[in-house]
Amino acid sequence: MGVKLLLEKAHVPGIRYFETYRKEGGYRAVEKALKQMDPASIVEEVKKSGLRGRGGAGFPAGMKWSFIAKPEGVPRHLVCNADESEPGTFKDRYLMEFIPHLLIEGLIVSSFALGSNDTYIYIRGEYAWIVDILEQAIEEAKANGFLGKNILGTGFDCNIYVQRGAGAYICGEETALIESLEGKRGNPRIKPPFPAIEGLWRRPTVVNNVETLAAVVPIINMGGDEYAKIGVGRSTGTKLISACGNINKPGVYEIDMTISVEEFIYSDEYCGGIANGKRLKACIPGGSSVPILPANLLLKTAKGETRYMNYESLSDGGFATGSMMGSGGFIVLDEDQCIVKNTYTLARFYRHESCGQCSPCREGTGWMEKILKNIDTGKGKMSDIDLLWDIQRKIEGNTICPLGDAAAWPVAAAIRHFRDEFEWHVNHPEEAQKRNYGLAHYADPIHVPA
Amino acid sequence: MTKFNDEQLKEFNRLVARYPEGKQKSALLPVLHLAQDSFGGWLSAETMDYVAELLNITPIEVYEVATFYSMYNLKPVGKYLFEVCQTGPCMVNGCDDIIEYIGTKLGIKPGETTADGMFTLKTVECLGACGYAPMMQMGKHYKEHLTKEKVDAIIDECRKNAAANN
Repeated sequence: MGVKLLLEKAHVPGIRYFETYRKEGGYRAVEKALKQMDPASIVEEVKKSGLRGRGGAGFPAGMKWSFIAKPEGVPRHLVCNADESEPGTFKDRYLMEFIPHLLIEGLIVSSFALGSNDTYIYIRGEYAWIVDILEQAIEEAKANGFLGKNILGTGFDCNIYVQRGAGAYICGEETALIESLEGKRGNPRIKPPFPAIEGLWRRPTVVNNVETLAAVVPIINMGGDEYAKIGVGRSTGTKLISACGNINKPGVYEIDMTISVEEFIYSDEYCGGIANGKRLKACIPGGSSVPILPANLLLKTAKGETRYMNYESLSDGGFATGSMMGSGGFIVLDEDQCIVKNTYTLARFYRHESCGQCSPCREGTGWMEKILKNIDTGKGKMSDIDLLWDIQRKIEGNTICPLGDAAAWPVAAAIRHFRDEFEWHVNHPEEAQKRNYGLAHYADPIHVPA
Repeated sequence: MTKFNDEQLKEFNRLVARYPEGKQKSALLPVLHLAQDSFGGWLSAETMDYVAELLNITPIEVYEVATFYSMYNLKPVGKYLFEVCQTGPCMVNGCDDIIEYIGTKLGIKPGETTADGMFTLKTVECLGACGYAPMMQMGKHYKEHLTKEKVDAIIDECRKNAAANN
């Protein structure tokens, strides 16, 4: 069993309620931070911890905090990004549902560190029942003196509000989230200025993911240096992975980032192997936007080394032969899955979620969906495959926000690694409607030239 | 005439009070949810104009938000709205069969409402329940690990509840 810092207590009966959470050692981080530390030293501990943003980008959290502007007389805000919408990702939901006070505790400490007296949780609209859970946790914290005016007699005031979104993947992008929080369409803003300078209502703002803010609690309790000892290299601490697809035990797992991908998929402690005795074909290891990898490149890198569940190892080989840790949405596909169909559903998702602001993304996602649908339904041409490649290249890097990249990468990686399956669909349009392409050579060891 | 009752107005005031003076427009998304829940599960032009008036913003500011977000229904929906996820991880776990089964059983296609106004079937993109697929949203809650038997039971229960409330 690996170290668990976030979910260790998630299954204690009653942990959703203040009394039990407090009895289990909860809110010690708030006491320590507000009574014994000052904001600057909290930021310093988070920097020392090496904590990286858990929403997908992996940007060092302490560094992000240190960018916040502090103009005289202008309020600052912390915003918690709970708009979890990347297909394959359901870890924040789990954390908020089972141990909501951990997030509230992390938010209080982080609000103190950043000087935010009014902090907002922006949660995806579909998680409607979790809004009630969070609001109850906030009320309990307030009733016990951990929120509201003059918290624990320290003079620090803080309120936390929960705002529901209304169904828009794009609002997970931090500037789109801010627009949405202001009551507008979720169109991402051009950066700079970054939110740390001009964010919510043009005030300095930090936007952090749920899991990132929850991780601040163990960091304060144990100290940044101790936290940094867990994991490996620049992948410090623990990471929540939401595993789904064709596995025996889908669910949310907390891992320290030293285990191999093979262990994560096949050990009974985690995914418990491929369902129905099938063989592994491919995996999207970090949420739908990161490159899909065939089995042979997933378990071992192109150099033939073991691949591990951490930021560096998952991206080893760049996009040519690697992928990304992303949001930790781990989607496993067995030998019966069709890569063309899977890529089509993801392209449809990104077309649906494009905000329409930038032409390469607005037009390109529509084209990709249409072409992939044609190939999937036996109406594709061989030239379509090159056309798809061309379109994704013209989207990537040419849009205001990363949704363009997120839409381009899955298509690029599917063609890069599974081109023969696309060609088979084009050459055998009727057969492709009746059976799937199968495993082909994707599970064979990679030949590495001497 | 569309108007919030006292209880709904109390909730409206609670929502608006979260934001600084003059930033009441920030409450628009939550207020639209409240309006949709209060006025029959969808947002008519009349409802949107009323929300604009309450928040002291122009109607177009409400329309452009209502049309952007997928959770706001711009036309009437059935008493029970089935929103079935169809994105990758749910597809891998057989959502296509579930969508087809619900459609055949109710005699409607995605996007349609049954003639008795009881059920609307809608396909949606990823709802963050990938490990518990296939799934759908029904009102405030998720129905997960869907099977044909489970769908039968859900539909029966809806009909029973509707009959009991009549």
